Amino acid sequence: MSGRDVVLGSIRRSLGVSGGEAPRRTVTGERLARHPRGVVPERGAQPPRRRVNLFRAMLAEANGSTEEIASIEDVPAAVAAYLRSKNLPMTVRRGADPLLASVPWEREGTLEVTTGRSDGHQLASVSHAFRGVAETGTLVLTSGGDNPTTLNFLPEHHIVVLEAKDIVGDYESVWDALRKKVGAKMPRTVNWITGASRSADIEQVLLNGAHGPKGLHVIIVGKP
Amino acid sequence: MSVPITSPQFKGNAKAALKDVQLQRALGKVESGFIGKRAQVAARLPEFEQLRDLARDIKDHTLAHLDLYLEAYEARVKESGGHVHWAATAEDARKIILDICKRLEAKTVTKGKSMIAEEIGLNAHLSEAGIVPIETDLGEYIIQLRDEAPSHIIAPAIHLNKEQIEADFRRVHTDLPPERNLDEPASLMAEARAVLREKFLAADVGITGANFLIAETGTSVIVTNEGNGDLTQTLPKAHVVLASIEKVVPTLEDVSTILRVLARSATGQEISVYTTFSTGPRRADDPDGPGEYHVVLLDNGRSSMLSGQFREMLRCIRCGACMNHCPVYGAVGGHAYGWVYPGPMGAVLTPSLIGVDKAGHLPNASTFCGRCEEVCPVRIPLPKLMRHWREREFERHLSPATVRTGLGFWAFFARRPRLYRWATQRAMRFLALFGGNRGRMHWLPFAGGWTRHRDFPIPERETFQVQWAKRKKAEAKAVAEADANARRAAEAAAKDKAEAAQ
Repeated sequence: MSGRDVVLGSIRRSLGVSGGEAPRRTVTGERLARHPRGVVPERGAQPPRRRVNLFRAMLAEANGSTEEIASIEDVPAAVAAYLRSKNLPMTVRRGADPLLASVPWEREGTLEVTTGRSDGHQLASVSHAFRGVAETGTLVLTSGGDNPTTLNFLPEHHIVVLEAKDIVGDYESVWDALRKKVGAKMPRTVNWITGASRSADIEQVLLNGAHGPKGLHVIIVGKP
Repeated sequence: MSVPITSPQFKGNAKAALKDVQLQRALGKVESGFIGKRAQVAARLPEFEQLRDLARDIKDHTLAHLDLYLEAYEARVKESGGHVHWAATAEDARKIILDICKRLEAKTVTKGKSMIAEEIGLNAHLSEAGIVPIETDLGEYIIQLRDEAPSHIIAPAIHLNKEQIEADFRRVHTDLPPERNLDEPASLMAEARAVLREKFLAADVGITGANFLIAETGTSVIVTNEGNGDLTQTLPKAHVVLASIEKVVPTLEDVSTILRVLARSATGQEISVYTTFSTGPRRADDPDGPGEYHVVLLDNGRSSMLSGQFREMLRCIRCGACMNHCPVYGAVGGHAYGWVYPGPMGAVLTPSLIGVDKAGHLPNASTFCGRCEEVCPVRIPLPKLMRHWREREFERHLSPATVRTGLGFWAFFARRPRLYRWATQRAMRFLALFGGNRGRMHWLPFAGGWTRHRDFPIPERETFQVQWAKRKKAEAKAVAEADANARRAAEAAAKDKAEAAQ
C-alpha cells in the first residue's frame, strides 16, 4: 500500500467516511470554487487618500520608510536620494518590469542601473510591487523575470516602487486582483513584505537586518 | 532514531530548571516581551474576537473534510509541476527527504525553522548520511551550535542569554579574529548573518516547514521575520516543504483570515515581516527560484487524533501564545517538557504523538488557570484537553499510588456533601491552630515538598460555604430592612401630603 493510501485511509477511518460521499464533495468543491470572504476588518475600507495615509503609517510602524512622488519620472531622483542618505554606492539592480523599464534612469547621471536577478553581491535593488495593502502596510510582490524574487531578499536595501492607485484596503482585494491578472495559476512566489528583515531571537532585543534587507523604502507614485 | 525524549523525567527537569539561574533570568523576559504586545495589538483590531471564531471554524471545517482538501491540494501541486510525497510515519518522511537529497548529490542543506523537522529528528538523520544540515533561523542556528532542542516554538533560543551565545560563536566561528567585539546582540546577529549568507549561496537543497497549505491553489505558506526561509527556498536547486497533514486550509481567503490572528497572537505584530506563498518550481521564464519543488505530507499519528477527544488540538497554528501566557512554562521553560512541543499545546499534543505513558506528567503540569485557552487564536480548550489526558492516565493506572489514594480519599468525601462540610469545617479550625498569629504556615503535614518553596496561608476560620450562607442571610436581612424603611418613608410622605391638603 502506498503512503498516500495509508494516510488517506487512516484519515477516513477516523472521520468515519469513505471519501465518496457526494454531499461532502459538493461542500468542498463549492468552497474552493467560490472562495467566500470571511470577516474583512473595517480598518482598510477608506477613501483612496486615507488608504495611502494608512498604508504609510502602518509600514512606518514596521520600520519601513515611505515617500510620495508625483510621477514615474521622479523615480531616479528619489532612488538616488535614498542611496545617498544611506551612504550607499550609486548602483541598483532591477528586473525587466515594464514600468521600471519606462523610468528615465538617465536623468540621474551618476546612477548605475543593472538588470537581472541578484547573486548576493548587490547592495540595493528596485522592485515594482503588484499591490500595497493599507490594513497592515504590506507590499505584495510577484515572482518572475519582471521582479526576480532574489531582489527582495539578498541586497542590503530594498527600494520598492508602488503606484498609489495600487494600494488596496485588505488582503482579499489583492487576491481578487491577482486572480483577474493570472487566472487560477499562481506565480511561483507571492511575497507579502511588511518592513525590513528583523529578529528578536537574542534576548528578545528587536534588531533589523537579520538575513534579508536592513532597509525597506517604498516610493509611492502618482495620485491615489 | 528521533529527538531524545525526556518527558518522563519532567519532574526532575522542572526541578533543575527552577534552580538554573541563567534560565530564570532569560525566562523573565518572556512575559514582558510577548504578553503586553499581544494585548495591545488585539485591542486595536475591533474584529479580533470575530476573526478568532472564524479561524476556529475554518480549521474545524477543514478537519472534517481533511481527506478531500488534501486530495485537492495534491492535484493543484502536481498541476504546477511540484511533487507530493505522503509519509505515514517519521521514518517514511526521513527516507523521502534523504532520497531527494541523495539524488541531487546534496552536500549541504539549508533549513528554515520547522518543528516537524525537529519532531522527526531530520538533522541527525541527514548528518548520519554525510549531508550537512544548516539551520538558518537565528534562534535555531544558535541551538544547533549547542546541540539542543528548541525551548519555544517561535523563539527557539529564548532560554539563552547573550553571553552564552557569544561563547558559542567564539567556539565555532574559529576563522574570525578572536579579538572581535561581540558584546551586543547586534554584533552577534551581524556575525550570524555573514556566516549564514555563505551557506545560503552554497546549499544544494532548501528545506522549510509550512504554516499553511492552500488547497485552492496548491500553495505552501511560510511566515518569518528574518527572511531566512525565503533565502532557504529560493536559492538551492530544490525546495522541500515538510508539512503535517493538518496544515491545509481551503482558500486564499481562509488563509488571510487565519494570518490576521497568527502574528498578533504570536509576537504581537500586526503581521510578520515576510509571508511567502510558494507554488511549484521555478517557471520557464523565471530568473530565480528552485528547479524542483517537493512537499512531504507527514501524518505521524495525527490522523488518529481526528477521531475522538483530541481532534480540536489539530486546529493549532503554532503561534506560541499559550506558552507565553502559561505560568508553568514561565517558571520551568521549554526544555523541561522533554520533547519538541512545550507549554500547554505541548502538554496536549505530546501525549497524542508519543503516548501518555511517556508524557503523562505534562498535562499534570498545569494550574488550570485557563490563560492559554483565553488567548488561543483558534480557541482550543486546552485545559479541558489536559483534563482528558489526566483522566486517561488515571484510568490506565499510570498515576502514582499516592495520587490515586489521595483522589480516592477526596472522592469519598466529595460524594457525601454533609460529611464533606462537617469534615472541612473541623479541618479548618484544626489547621488554623498551626498558624498562630503569623497567618501562614511554613510546614504542613504530608506536604513538606510543597511548603519547602512557599508558605501555606492559614485558612479563614470558616469555610467558603459557611461564609456564603452567612452573607446571603445578611443580605436578605438588609434587603428586608431597606424595604421596611422605604415603606415607612412612603407612608410618612403620604401622611404629610394628606395633612398639607387639609
